[in-house]
Amino acid sequence: MTDFVNNRAGGAQVGRNVTKIDAFKLARGEPVYTDDVHPAGMLWAKVLGSPHAHARILDVDASRALALPGVVDVAWHRQVKPILHTRAGQSHPEPSPYDTVIMPDKARHMGDRVAIVVAETLAIAEQALGLIDVKYEVLPALTDMDEALARTDVLVHEVADPRGIAEGGRSNVAARIDKQVGDVSAALKTCDHVVERTYWLPRVQASHIEPHVAISWLDEDGRLVVRTSTQVPFHLRRILARILELKEADIRVVKPRVGGGFGDKQEMVMEDIVALMTLRTKRPVRLEFTRTEELTSARCRHPQRIVMTTGVMNDGTIIANRMNVTADTGAYGSHALTVQGNTGQKVLPMYPCANIHFQVTCLYTNNPISGAFRGYGAPQGCFALESHIDEVAKVLGMDRLELRKKNHIRLGDTDPLSAKLGEGREGLSRVIRSTGLETAIEMGCDAIGWTRKRPPSAPHLRRGLGMALAMQGSGIAGVDWGAATVKLNEDGSVNLAVGATDIGQGSDTVLAQMCAQELGISYEKVRVLSSDTDLTPFDVGAYASSTTYVSGGAVVKAAQQMRDQLAGVFAEKWACPAGDVVFGDDNVSCGPDKAMTMAELATHALYAAKMQPAATASHMSNESPPPFAAQFADVEVDPETGEVFLRRFVSAVDCGTPIHPGMAEGQIEGAVSQAIGYALFEEVIVDRAGKVKNPNFLDYKIASALDMPEMVTILVPTMEPSGPYGVKAAGEVPIDGPAPAIVNAICDAVGARLCRIPATPERVWRQIKEAGE
Amino acid sequence: MKIVVKLNGRNREWEAAPGATLLSVLRDGPQEPRMTSVKRGCETGDCGACTVLLDGQPVNSCVVAAARAHGHAVTTIEGLAGDPLMTALQAALVEHAAVQCGYCSPGMLVSLYHLLKECRAAGTTPGDHAIREALSGNLCRCTGYVKPVAAATAVAATLAAVGRAEAGAR
Repeated sequence: MTDFVNNRAGGAQVGRNVTKIDAFKLARGEPVYTDDVHPAGMLWAKVLGSPHAHARILDVDASRALALPGVVDVAWHRQVKPILHTRAGQSHPEPSPYDTVIMPDKARHMGDRVAIVVAETLAIAEQALGLIDVKYEVLPALTDMDEALARTDVLVHEVADPRGIAEGGRSNVAARIDKQVGDVSAALKTCDHVVERTYWLPRVQASHIEPHVAISWLDEDGRLVVRTSTQVPFHLRRILARILELKEADIRVVKPRVGGGFGDKQEMVMEDIVALMTLRTKRPVRLEFTRTEELTSARCRHPQRIVMTTGVMNDGTIIANRMNVTADTGAYGSHALTVQGNTGQKVLPMYPCANIHFQVTCLYTNNPISGAFRGYGAPQGCFALESHIDEVAKVLGMDRLELRKKNHIRLGDTDPLSAKLGEGREGLSRVIRSTGLETAIEMGCDAIGWTRKRPPSAPHLRRGLGMALAMQGSGIAGVDWGAATVKLNEDGSVNLAVGATDIGQGSDTVLAQMCAQELGISYEKVRVLSSDTDLTPFDVGAYASSTTYVSGGAVVKAAQQMRDQLAGVFAEKWACPAGDVVFGDDNVSCGPDKAMTMAELATHALYAAKMQPAATASHMSNESPPPFAAQFADVEVDPETGEVFLRRFVSAVDCGTPIHPGMAEGQIEGAVSQAIGYALFEEVIVDRAGKVKNPNFLDYKIASALDMPEMVTILVPTMEPSGPYGVKAAGEVPIDGPAPAIVNAICDAVGARLCRIPATPERVWRQIKEAGE
Repeated sequence: MKIVVKLNGRNREWEAAPGATLLSVLRDGPQEPRMTSVKRGCETGDCGACTVLLDGQPVNSCVVAAARAHGHAVTTIEGLAGDPLMTALQAALVEHAAVQCGYCSPGMLVSLYHLLKECRAAGTTPGDHAIREALSGNLCRCTGYVKPVAAATAVAATLAAVGRAEAGAR
């Protein structure tokens, strides 16, 4: 394993709030996103979505559409070779079932692909959709997960998964997990108290403001180029090559600036469509989802029902924990196994005990497709566990903070569940080598005023405080890896090429800081090129909170290798030991009288030594050190209306040593705003027929500036030995705790426990009435 | 149909379909240059990514008919390049790390520009709530609005200080 701490150079490039390197061009509205540049002769694509949640597509007659002037092509399932795959966008070998083809012969959710139109203008493509005649055989729609589990006469997938992850052809089960440490059933019999509750989690959607959008064309050599708003350019290239039967050498995936992803752009939502239509028409093709399509046909967070069973002794010692998850993956099994695996793996280790049982049944239904979304299963599990800890405390008559402090994971603890649950296969066990959790709890309690709850701001309101603890990971241990290439230019500037995918979180900037730190130059001298499969080395992409920790490791290694080359060049010129050469402040020196600027050394290397200083390095970690968060909510509730007013929210987060504290805070603040929606108002509502009832931003509300409470964000730095400069991840952990913290605060205010979110006024009001009866 | 618009201070003649929105005409072409600061996010007037100024007032261009702009002035971020207030706002957003993915930033900037211009004309300084109200039509999924509000507050404070200094000089 690589321990980075010894390599820490110290100095001013990391650990400070430098200007985000792409921020000005974004703020000026310059043409930098996928849709901002249209190739000449571009066609506009539209998808004809199924009006039925479950129906065989018997026949498609596109003759009327093709007769419309400006329509160039229409494609549907008879014309496209059905090669089973998954659109999940994961590492090979993919842990999601192969249950998908480019154009299905059966629609499995409302909006599923029926036909693709390309036309000279968007208006013509839209008009053509209405001219396609489709014969459907409508099938019964399974929209309830219990019904999907019970029935085998109606199958969402009738074809067996070639790799046996899903039970296609036999049942509607997309994935199962049953892993146990110790013996929970036996242990529960020995406990003073057994507390069991059931929790329900809604379907929510990532709602990045830039929709999914992709443009493809053939270059001058006839190679397929796909410019797309994606988190996973290299996975896309691999998947596209297989399903389009092209060589990977003949595909180039380019990622420009991305307008937010949050996991939803880990999936190949549309790149196969534009590529297919470009191959058919030999012309550039553009497709962009509407917001309605985002909410019906992109990906959602898996809805779950979680039964928590906890055995505890009178003194608050937790003896046994069982988490039983039933989840709805919708029409396809994207991330069905791994998101649900995370629900336990990233959550249950918070309270280590000898007996842990984790069970999952993930079901296909005819609902919208679930998939990756920031937190990746952990927000669901964290809501259940952290609500449940408050319930256990209530049963014990014990303070909920004390119960947490007594049981939470500590430095040196191992996490036996991670060994049993890897990325769809046996994983690696985890030892906690850095934690700021105790400090985070202390600072968070102080900031929220845990011991001095404020009175309500008006006599008709009730006030409450709530808290939750959370942990996540930093990449997928033993799976996620990335590479970086550095190259020095004669002016002392450096080209840094990374496969790591900046999707707005600012990874280009922090990777430039890390590169500059190692070379002793200013970060402004680093020119970053990220994610072009022709030009940058491999990276799995931006997911699983991996970029700073994993890809950053590759950048540090590559920069160190190039530094060693430069030390050699310098040593030869000045006849000094290479080991004594020092880099810093854009200068290279050895003692007081031997010094050059980096530009002078670069010029010497290129024109005198005649060598190109450059290096490529790869990095993978067998560890996934968890970042920790302690989060606190201060709410007021109007018991007459059920309305919840979130007054103040505190996040104290240990994400290791932050490279750019301001952007780390930004990750936390953004995650909290998404989680406030999860807690209080976001839900994609699907009716019994499988129709999304609120597919727009008016009815599917996400947080606006007026919905935000007073936010307090505290970084609790720690030094993680396996991370470059001591970093851990920041992107996901802060999205886990807000929902349980807010609901625990509501419960504290009104004495009624909500086991289902979002905590809408109606639900809160009903719960108050029920508790009062 | 033909539409004549004063876009960023210059008269333009657009050919637009009768149902075309101002957003589609500004953003999709075929007229060049395309105004890429005007983003498509929802097309229902809810997210504000397409905010532009129509005769100085912020509007969601996705729910304004292109024909409505005939004979009127349309201003986008591109047209405010070099404007001191817009430049100050852009710098503040960047300095406060308020630009993450940046997709909502131009819309936010147009809304804040309008707010601060109005406040300056009225001789007032917007507080936290006024800034949040001005931003409430610009959905951002990345920042939680903390840093954008802080950036706007900083620019408002600078404007107030400048205003006081100017008043003192008179």
